[in-house]
Amino acid sequence: LLSTEEDKYGVYSNLLFKYFLAEGVLCGHDLFVASAKETPDNILKELPGPLLDDTYRNELREEATAVKSEDFQDSMKIAWRYENLPKMEASPTSSTKFGHYYDISKTMSPELFQSIKWHSFFLPEELSLEPKLKMCNMNCGYARLLQSIQRIIYQEGFDGSLPQKKQKNILRIGIQSLGSMLWGDDICSTDTPKDIHSLTKFLYVLRGLLRKSLSACIITVPAHLVQNKAIMERVTNLSDVVVGLESFIGSERETNPLYKDYHGLLHVHQIPRLNSLICDVSDTKDLAFRLKRKQFTIERLHLPPDLSDTVSRSSKQDLAESAKLLSSGCGAMAIGKKHLDF
Amino acid sequence: QGKFTLLRDTRTDGSFLVHHFLSFYLRAGCKVCFVALLQSFSHYNIVAQKLGVSLTAAKERGQLVFLEGLKSCLDLLFGEEEQSGQPSPLQFISTSNLRALFDFVRTSLTPTDGDSWKAPVLLVDDLSVLLSLGATPVAVLDFIHYCRVVVCSQLKGNIVVLVHSSEDSEDEENELVVNSMCHHSDLILWVEGLATGFCKDVHGEIKIIKRVSLESTEQDLVQIYQYKIQDKNVTFFARGLSAAVL
Repeated sequence: LLSTEEDKYGVYSNLLFKYFLAEGVLCGHDLFVASAKETPDNILKELPGPLLDDTYRNELREEATAVKSEDFQDSMKIAWRYENLPKMEASPTSSTKFGHYYDISKTMSPELFQSIKWHSFFLPEELSLEPKLKMCNMNCGYARLLQSIQRIIYQEGFDGSLPQKKQKNILRIGIQSLGSMLWGDDICSTDTPKDIHSLTKFLYVLRGLLRKSLSACIITVPAHLVQNKAIMERVTNLSDVVVGLESFIGSERETNPLYKDYHGLLHVHQIPRLNSLICDVSDTKDLAFRLKRKQFTIERLHLPPDLSDTVSRSSKQDLAESAKLLSSGCGAMAIGKKHLDF
Repeated sequence: QGKFTLLRDTRTDGSFLVHHFLSFYLRAGCKVCFVALLQSFSHYNIVAQKLGVSLTAAKERGQLVFLEGLKSCLDLLFGEEEQSGQPSPLQFISTSNLRALFDFVRTSLTPTDGDSWKAPVLLVDDLSVLLSLGATPVAVLDFIHYCRVVVCSQLKGNIVVLVHSSEDSEDEENELVVNSMCHHSDLILWVEGLATGFCKDVHGEIKIIKRVSLESTEQDLVQIYQYKIQDKNVTFFARGLSAAVL
């Protein structure tokens, strides 16, 4: 279960969301798209088109099938895929472990969708179809979504309930803006919401469904809008991977010379420690992202060298502030209270 | 015998201690009731195999009673109506009443005829999830209290519980539960990150706080070690004496 904390305007988290789904299309996985604000049709129409040249495409096909056979274990979760994007500027055709590259100036052509099966859940439609559903005092929208996911998992055999189906496949679930007011939850609008447990109960059941089937899920949560921070802590505990996107739009960092090459920071708050005592921590903790015309890249954050002659007091302060942020690690490995890393 | 151990982690993952206690008590021949709320059975099984214990075998011979929270929750919500007579232990998701969970623990650890296991052990991973699922802090504390009465006092067994906490946490309910349990524990294992930040060779620090006596005012014994987690085991060493440094 991958939770993404949305950036302020949702621009970049939406992009990550679409990348996840696009990768699913290219790998031949089934998709389940749920949203309360856009129809899933529209979301799918806007998926980025793949970036391919012929030799690369063949390599990818081989790698994709190799990866699929590894994935066939009883329970499937998503690992942090984007670690494999090149950290430095490198041409996309250099060797990669798995995954595809995308060109976001193009949208995915409809033929690519032909081979996969996709399911959608658009909240306004679903609520009008079925009257109030009672499920452990959970918010009605969440309850309907869970029921829908469970039904698809069961019917399509992702939980192994159809033994005659030889070709096993993976279900990729994407849920947009969970916790926002559009889902009927008021945790974003008030400090003392009516039911603070709805979202966490939903996540718990979702986690159960994911563990029980061959599926992986990405959710985006408008964390900056949630008033009660305790809820976000609980969401973090219930997720396997938690990634936070912080965009520089409208913040003072936009004009900060430290960050001039980037559009935002990527915070990895938690990585999974599954089936093992240890977890796979990358060396680099400081990741930033940028959106170019064709590509969305995530890179190691380089602090530019301090070359100016007149370095004023305030900018030194700024550097210290950002250094403090940069040295905070993620939850699976310990983080410290102070920032003595340089 | 009859000890309550609290595993506490702050901004890091203390679950390696849970794996340790699980394989430790199983190897010692105790009957274990494991309430695993957050991960699947296969996760624990795979790690336990690396540590030299087979959970499936332990389950089969009746030594381990494993409550897989995620699975029970799904059975409760999506399963067919079963007239099994026993309410599901995860019933508190809809009713906020932890009674059924307590009954489950009690029946699994009460020795039956023919049981030759040593003292029973209750292991919980992790308690903070109960708050996320709708239980009030008071209900959680009551549940732990009832468990203590049965497991520690009546059956002379041990309890080990994992909680997450943090000094600047905004989750007041969780902090309330954790603080209360700290006062009632015989042994606290507190796992934290290094104050200096992330390090590849030293994964964190563990503080061992042993209650000398709950009544007297003697000072608790505090020991601090640092640790590094490897694939099959965890190495502990005194502060500053990591193998990477020496």
